[in-house]
Amino acid sequence: MLTDEERREIEAELAHYGGRKQAVGIEAMRVVQRHRGWVSDEALRDVGELLEMTPAELDSTATFYNLIYRKPVGRHVILVCNSVSCWIMGYEGIRVELSRRLGIELGETTPDGRFTLLPVVCLGCCDHAPAMMIGDDLHQDLTPERLDEILASYP
Amino acid sequence: MERPLTKNIRAGEEPLWLRDYEAAGGYQSVRKALGSMAPTEVQQVVKDSNLRGRGGAGFPTGVKWSVVPTGEDAPRQRYLVANADEMEPGTFKDRWLLEGDPHQLVEGMIVAAYAIQAETAYIFIRGEYVLASERLSRAIGEAREAGFLGRNILGSGFNLELLLHRSVGRYMCGEESALLNSLEGKRATPRARPPFPQVSGLWGMPTIVNNAETLCNVPHIITNGAEWYKGLSLSTDGGTKIYGVSGHVKRPGAWELPMGITVRELLEEHAGGMAEGYQFRGVQPGGASTDFLTSDHLDVKMDYGSVQAAGSRLGTGTMIVLDDRTCPVGMMHNLEQFFAQESCGWCTPCREGLPWVRDMLSALEEGHGEPGDLDILAEQCRRLGPGHTFCALAPGAVEPLQSALKYYWEDFERHIREKRCPWR
Repeated sequence: MLTDEERREIEAELAHYGGRKQAVGIEAMRVVQRHRGWVSDEALRDVGELLEMTPAELDSTATFYNLIYRKPVGRHVILVCNSVSCWIMGYEGIRVELSRRLGIELGETTPDGRFTLLPVVCLGCCDHAPAMMIGDDLHQDLTPERLDEILASYP
Repeated sequence: MERPLTKNIRAGEEPLWLRDYEAAGGYQSVRKALGSMAPTEVQQVVKDSNLRGRGGAGFPTGVKWSVVPTGEDAPRQRYLVANADEMEPGTFKDRWLLEGDPHQLVEGMIVAAYAIQAETAYIFIRGEYVLASERLSRAIGEAREAGFLGRNILGSGFNLELLLHRSVGRYMCGEESALLNSLEGKRATPRARPPFPQVSGLWGMPTIVNNAETLCNVPHIITNGAEWYKGLSLSTDGGTKIYGVSGHVKRPGAWELPMGITVRELLEEHAGGMAEGYQFRGVQPGGASTDFLTSDHLDVKMDYGSVQAAGSRLGTGTMIVLDDRTCPVGMMHNLEQFFAQESCGWCTPCREGLPWVRDMLSALEEGHGEPGDLDILAEQCRRLGPGHTFCALAPGAVEPLQSALKYYWEDFERHIREKRCPWR
């Protein structure tokens, strides 16, 4: 069941796309994700009912896009850039250190539900590589030594 | 030297909000265009200015706009879309403009929308650009309150609604026709062309998609004229360009410079040359999908025609530097992993060919390369080249590969002969 707030937010988007329900499908999933962290099968069906789209249609877009999560994620999602400039400037060392500190590999969530570690493609701050995002925050000029301090600020 | 695109941007500070932006000359172009110029006049000035698309393809902007059908029978509903989905690896120029001077993009879009008579415009911005999205939202709100957006703007009779659309992450969204599919709520797969978006774009209506940096040039062209704009450049392409350098250089960064400065000047004067202990081996001048240039090309001018003549592309104008301590095969593996992963899967050569290329490069890196692998890679460069795939992702993916095979063949060969990566 979608909450009233989720429903309202989704319906508000319709006006931006000339009332076209399919156009709001992706945004609707983002609304759900903002409230719940990820998009479950049940949420997908509920969005589909509201927008007169099939779960298959919605899932085909949900699984296409990097930032829609169809599995549960931790409280904080770490997106570490693995594209070419970050790779040249030390992505591997950052990834190894993140995995070591958190005890998880790319694609996994810490047992305490605090962090999910994911790779992401070029974040567009290549002059400050290597870089990562945690939630909405951008962290640049990363060194293995700075990771402790950065991670500590996310409860 | 004049830096129209970045004159308002101060590092570490808030952008100019509406009152200060107007005090610095902002929204003059809207008053001028809507007040005293016909839409076709605006198009002509932009044509005369030799502004070329800054997203990577370099198509003349005024010419692109002129394909939008006009006249009595033309569809009334048109759209303008700013492509702010900057995801080309090594590219970080639009972020600077979007975060640093959001009103500049809004102003440029109002004038561009007027030129093509579009009454609805979208900024398609990548979801990861959170700060830029917040600042653009605020700028749009301020512009709306001040009457620069909405109905009957400045009493001109022109209406424009400007909406921010945040993407949810896929490189293909930066491809103009795939972007339109994504805006429509679908997977970002490309469309067959013709028809081109100018004729049949968003929901089948005439649509112009322009890169964000391209649109940021429009206010200055209209305010100061085409001759002024051409005068900023060192080549036939008009204006200034946001250039950038990343990699092991002393000062990675982005700078607004006259169009047509040389590779050498960008690399040595602005980026400070190679970092201590690193030697230059090559550069991709315009992002991940451009051919390498080498030390033979340091005096090539960074404009569309000159870089093309040198065997590469200006692309986004943000350079990725290859140093002597980085393995070219490893770099190619990283690049092809990106392209293989981001392929939308729509057409067979790209969907099947790029993972194959990536896996061969991975095998080379691990010391499992076979004689004959390099011939297969070269063959794939031909098979995935322009004209064989549904869009330009695969041809872009093989640009660095074909040039890496040309310039670093010996390094590839060593991986096969020595059954290992000599850089590890």
